[in-house]
Amino acid sequence: MIRDSGMARHSLRRLLGLLPTLLMLITVAFFLIRIAPGGPFDSERVLSAEVEANLEAKYHLDEPLIQQYFRYLGQIVVLDFGPSFQYQDWTVNELIAQSFPVSFTIGVLAMVLAFVMGTMLGIASALKQNTRVDYSLMGFAMLGISVPNFVIAPILILLLAVYAGWLPAGGWDWGFASMVLPVVTLALPVTAYIARLTRGSMIEVLHSNFIRTARAKGLPESLVIRRHALRPALLPVISFLGPATAGMISGSVVIERIFSVPGMGSYFIQGALNRDYTLVMGIVIVYGVLILVLNFLVDLIYAWLNPKIRYDEKS
Amino acid sequence: MALLEVKDLDVGFDTPDGEVKAVNKLNFSIEPGDALAIVGESGSGKTQAVMSMMGLLADNGHVSGQALFKGEDLLKMSTAELNKHRGREIAMIFQDPMTSLNPYLRIEKQMIEVVRHHQGLNKAEAREHAVEMLRAVRIPDPERRMRQYPHEFSGGMQQRVMVAMGLLCEPDLLIADEPTTALDVTVQAQITHLMNALRQKSNTAIILITHDLGVVAGLCDRVLVMYAGEAVECGSVEQIYYEPKHPYTQGLLKSVPRLDQPLVREMHAIPGNPPNLLALPEGCKFRDRCPHAFAACKEEPPMQQGEDGHIFRCFLGLST
Amino acid sequence: MTKRADQPVIDPFEAALSVRDVKGRSPWEDAWNRLLKNRAAVYSAYIMAFIFMLVVLGPMLISWEPDFTDWDHTYSPPSLQSGHWFGTDAVGRDILVRTLEGGRISLMVGLVATIVSLLIGVSYGAIAGYFGGAADRIMMRVVDIIYALPFMFFLILLMVVFGRHILLIFIAIGAVNWLDMARIVRGQTLSLKNAEFIEAAKACGVSDWAIIRRHIIPNLMGVVIVYVTLTIPQVILIESFLSFLGLGVQEPMSSWGALVSDGAQDMESAPWMLIVPALFLTVTLYCFNYIGDGLRDALDPKDRP
Repeated sequence: MIRDSGMARHSLRRLLGLLPTLLMLITVAFFLIRIAPGGPFDSERVLSAEVEANLEAKYHLDEPLIQQYFRYLGQIVVLDFGPSFQYQDWTVNELIAQSFPVSFTIGVLAMVLAFVMGTMLGIASALKQNTRVDYSLMGFAMLGISVPNFVIAPILILLLAVYAGWLPAGGWDWGFASMVLPVVTLALPVTAYIARLTRGSMIEVLHSNFIRTARAKGLPESLVIRRHALRPALLPVISFLGPATAGMISGSVVIERIFSVPGMGSYFIQGALNRDYTLVMGIVIVYGVLILVLNFLVDLIYAWLNPKIRYDEKS
Repeated sequence: MALLEVKDLDVGFDTPDGEVKAVNKLNFSIEPGDALAIVGESGSGKTQAVMSMMGLLADNGHVSGQALFKGEDLLKMSTAELNKHRGREIAMIFQDPMTSLNPYLRIEKQMIEVVRHHQGLNKAEAREHAVEMLRAVRIPDPERRMRQYPHEFSGGMQQRVMVAMGLLCEPDLLIADEPTTALDVTVQAQITHLMNALRQKSNTAIILITHDLGVVAGLCDRVLVMYAGEAVECGSVEQIYYEPKHPYTQGLLKSVPRLDQPLVREMHAIPGNPPNLLALPEGCKFRDRCPHAFAACKEEPPMQQGEDGHIFRCFLGLST
Repeated sequence: MTKRADQPVIDPFEAALSVRDVKGRSPWEDAWNRLLKNRAAVYSAYIMAFIFMLVVLGPMLISWEPDFTDWDHTYSPPSLQSGHWFGTDAVGRDILVRTLEGGRISLMVGLVATIVSLLIGVSYGAIAGYFGGAADRIMMRVVDIIYALPFMFFLILLMVVFGRHILLIFIAIGAVNWLDMARIVRGQTLSLKNAEFIEAAKACGVSDWAIIRRHIIPNLMGVVIVYVTLTIPQVILIESFLSFLGLGVQEPMSSWGALVSDGAQDMESAPWMLIVPALFLTVTLYCFNYIGDGLRDALDPKDRP
């Protein structure tokens, strides 16, 4: 399939199409944070006007905004995110290098967990439609969507960490125990949404004409589901993975704070509050690229699974 | 022993508005090699009767009666037992081939799974068998075509693939539910011709469900006419076409425009509408639209026996 | 008119028709009946009505002021004797009344932000759907791009940039949440535009304005109602996230999110501080989601998620 040059061209086009998105993301974030009143050096001890002017010159903050913008773009192309204003001894690259692996690990684990658990629960519900199993599973799913993660997290901490002592209440040491709560709490709302989505999709697919044909051919129901129903049922879920990641990243900001995880989310909030322009921009770009890459991969997977799209260049 | 014997088949559906009686006390039988057409308008119950036999009724449907296939009652079988017959001894093809084929799987996969499952062939053998079958239904370049997806075929070719798929295990009975309704007239002729040829070759019995009387004549020996869920007339093609006894059948035949007769100013139509299946009338279900209805029609009409197995459900012609 | 050969049959048939006619039902009636059969949605509606009443009337009926600090009873658990049925917080403020006041803010944010989201989304979607073609493609591409971005980041930036004014919160959240509404309205507009009954109406000489009034708007209303109901909990949730991070409404105003945030800190020693607002928040979101689901099923049974 990858040998098919049509597919390769299609993929390349999609990839290039993502660049404008990235550019827009960077531009909006850049100007947004600059508009904010106050600058990076305000909260520090009161500086003399001279020192402040020197600092600003050093970081090019005295130049016109547009000029700073293009200067910044030039820097990004060589992957230089600049120095952090807030953490004066560190460059943004270093800070990101430190915090990215943490956030990435939590995110990936949570995504995998959400997908696997969500689809399993959704399929089980669909197969047992309108039974007690269905109602209870979907009831739980509704809970997962309705209860904010910052409500679930403290409760889980209370139960599993404080009372039972099985898991640590926070912190991150790359050990399994410290990963459990953050990953699970992050995954919960997405799992719930995927479960509902899968259930609806599976139910609809099971009513299709081609499933009727498969049954008329005398195939056992398990085979009908595995071979004929599963793939089309999962297509909407695959499509959803893109926005799901964005949602998960949003959620991670809160999760990292609750569990005191040294990830990019925490740095982002601090950076925003302290007007650490470079840090904020660096994190926005990293997340932006991540999302775009993921959306691209999702598109590829979707096209692979759905032969109708593969041959439809016009879409 | 008859290949298929349907006795007193009743099919109903539970809806929020009440029970919809789709099929009422249907009786017919098929001998090996027979070709029976079941004719009727939408809502006559012809499709649901057959769906119930194949275990493909919707969840809110219920069925009673008997459908004896080679002596075993299909209606009493569990899904697992039914699966031994479905696809192997009884095959079914559907009205809309575009949606009846799985758009996400290659044709090859959809075809070989039938023979692999029922006959235990390995992949290579199954593949060969499928290619042969595609050739038999006149799909050009079958080896290459097998690797394609359904949407790469035209409507007529898709239906031919369905026919091929249905015949892979050489079933004793092929049920075709309006196989040509969604296709052009020229393709219609091809498919009908195809089914005929295959029937001659392997002596497969055929049940053809249709509302198109033109298609029937080309393929079938006997015709069963259904109205409002009941059988109203049954006989050989000649008997039905040349000596229709039931007013509904007569109306149907008169409604078909004919090339060999002079143009009439008005086309004939049976006035009125089929009855509401939620509230079926007493007695003869056709009496509101029947030009010959009289007082006695308020009772359930008897099934009269004409010559040579020609039966019809009517009071007319009865010497009281 | 020429007499038809089968006139003797038609006349009695016509007479019989009026007797055996089945009473017609409008789609709205159908939808309403379906909705009423959805027990989850109905119960949720009752509960929401109850919560709404509590939130609106409660603070007026309860003797405690939300900012009254009862120094004799700081951190006290729920009890009937102290008069604080749901306990107090660190400085002795009554939890129940604080929660209900916070509810006013949360629900108000929910409502107003949803309206903002509605206005943006419906106009955007209707324009894209109505004009179609290149305009539609570009507009939807923009939606796709924004959809893929994490809203939280932009909200945080917005809050940081412009401060925590409550009006801003309404607008910011609404501005971030209109995408689904836009998509749905655009889809509906597109299919309506090409619908045969619209063509038929035009062919009969119905004026454009009458078409919009009689055909387009009623058909849009259905989906809009569903998505408004589903947007409210989303928006309340977002506001609570912001409050939790300390970027939401400012003291002395409080919302459920802020209360939960405070409560979480003292979770071990005074769990009621967390549980009461958390319960209200969760139940409200739960109910709105069920009602929205119920509406969606009722108005288009094929359209389940």
